Amino acid sequence: MREYLDFEKPIAEIEEKIEKLTATGQERPGVPDDLRKLREKLYKLQAEIYTGLTPWQRTQVARHPQRPSTLDYIGRICDRFLELHGDRLYGDDHAIVAGLARLSGRSVVVIGPQKGKTLKERVLRNFGMPNPEGYRKALRLMRLAERFNKPVITFIDTPGAYPGLGAEERGQSEAIARNLMVMASLKVPIVSVVIGEGGSGGALAIGVADRLLMLQYAVYSVISPEGCAAILWNDPKKTPDAAEALKMTAEDLLRLGVIDEILPEPPGGAHRDPTAMCNAVKKAVEPHLSALLELPLDELLRRRHTKYRRMGVLGGE
Amino acid sequence: MAWFKKERSAPEDQDRKKVKVPEGLWLKCNHCRAIVYRKEVERSARVCPKCEYHFPISVEERIDLLLDLGTFREWSAGLEPTDPLHFKDTQRYSERLQAAQQSTGKKDAIVIGEGRINGARVVLGVFHFGFMGGSMGSVVGEKVVHAAEGALRERIPLVLVTTSGGARMQEGILSLMQMAKTAATIGRLAEARLPYFSILADPTFGGVTASFAMLADVILAEPKALIGFAGPRVIQQTIKQQLPPEFQRAEFLLEHGMIDLIVPRKRLKETVSSLVEYF
Ligand SMILES: [Zn+2]
Repeated sequence: MREYLDFEKPIAEIEEKIEKLTATGQERPGVPDDLRKLREKLYKLQAEIYTGLTPWQRTQVARHPQRPSTLDYIGRICDRFLELHGDRLYGDDHAIVAGLARLSGRSVVVIGPQKGKTLKERVLRNFGMPNPEGYRKALRLMRLAERFNKPVITFIDTPGAYPGLGAEERGQSEAIARNLMVMASLKVPIVSVVIGEGGSGGALAIGVADRLLMLQYAVYSVISPEGCAAILWNDPKKTPDAAEALKMTAEDLLRLGVIDEILPEPPGGAHRDPTAMCNAVKKAVEPHLSALLELPLDELLRRRHTKYRRMGVLGGE
Repeated sequence: MAWFKKERSAPEDQDRKKVKVPEGLWLKCNHCRAIVYRKEVERSARVCPKCEYHFPISVEERIDLLLDLGTFREWSAGLEPTDPLHFKDTQRYSERLQAAQQSTGKKDAIVIGEGRINGARVVLGVFHFGFMGGSMGSVVGEKVVHAAEGALRERIPLVLVTTSGGARMQEGILSLMQMAKTAATIGRLAEARLPYFSILADPTFGGVTASFAMLADVILAEPKALIGFAGPRVIQQTIKQQLPPEFQRAEFLLEHGMIDLIVPRKRLKETVSSLVEYF
């Protein structure tokens, strides 16, 4: 069952027509012609709607329940994947998936939050909001990657780090901070892809990378538009304005020098054609990985450090 | 910009105004709600005589409290924030900046520089909560980095006093990136084996806690300071449970192994001084 966002209603209507017409039998005279016309109309409409998406609509696309997830990408991009568990300190956080994988003939470590698709899975995954254990599991595997000289690939798709009682007790801040510091000087290449929602520090904690790629309709922000509207406007109805003001789209981030490349999505978004999207991500990641692996280590680290050192816009002296 | 020129003409007046407490003999404690005699609070480095709550103090008071008198020399004083996103909520960011600069006499939410603690040279950075909640945007991130790079260059310890609501929303993703930028530089400091001490004052939250503040070699906090990643209101709304009393207070963090020491304000200087000696 396909799920439609509000602004996708016109698309839903045409698809329903197509379905009905198909069910009546394509042999009847006139039907193939009508179908072709409807499909053309659908294609045009989809392109129209998606070129004009507002930042808030993009946020909804980025959060679409049927959008390909970390596990989808791992499953379709990697030849093999062995998930590993636990932070060796407290527990195993199901909100972050991490493990060893084979990608185009080489071993890599892959890490990414998993939001879950069914309600049951979403609860198990804590809606993709990691606790400190998730970040510490990621850290453990990044250090393992470093020890055995394997590149790291991370997928970013999380509403943010979990704002919970236990998370605070067990050092959510420390876990995030530690990852930022370790990733900044990890002695292997790191490629990150924002596949859906980049939720603040909780996303950055697995997103300090040599190359940061971002899907066309993905978003990445210092705070959710809802949170921003609540704090700055004191009005949840201003959420679309907040999404606009925060400059959280892929184009914005490219302009601000935060990401390196935008990966175009299939017509109607990644959830319309997960296979095509996964292939595109694979095709995009590989050359970055190869280029980074050719760099001498000190050059790799120097470039990473320079990249983050330059972040921000300053005035005055 | 014109309003900066106007600002520059009277920074000392602004500073004095900030240090001076508004009129009134009595003060209500933010923590125990007791009505206390203002003079008594001022005499004790702004500490509540009833519950030991540490009232916020100005950057200048903080510097005087920590460093040998008159030894502080400010660094990177000319850095000014810009409005890279042209951010506007109910008010323009540029206007908020202007208002904050006028009311505080500061260009942004942190002052950095070098000075001496009982004769020993250190780099000191002090957050100013009164400037947009001590939030970290490009300038604050840059100055934290300048402080750390200065410590590296001079091969002296770094001391940062934080009081911040976290990343500055009005600079969007650029504020978030300051977390990575500052954490990366603290990593360099660690590699060079130069000691870094953070002093967490009330309140320290979000992107500041979750980056350089929690990465210090020794983490100190003032008594009763609220410290955390997410704010208590957000947590309450998320978990829909009553939060334990004293949740996210310095004492709570100490109990959970997240900080090294709670140090009353009056003993901060001697504590940092002895830390500097250890390293
Ligand atoms: Zn009190």
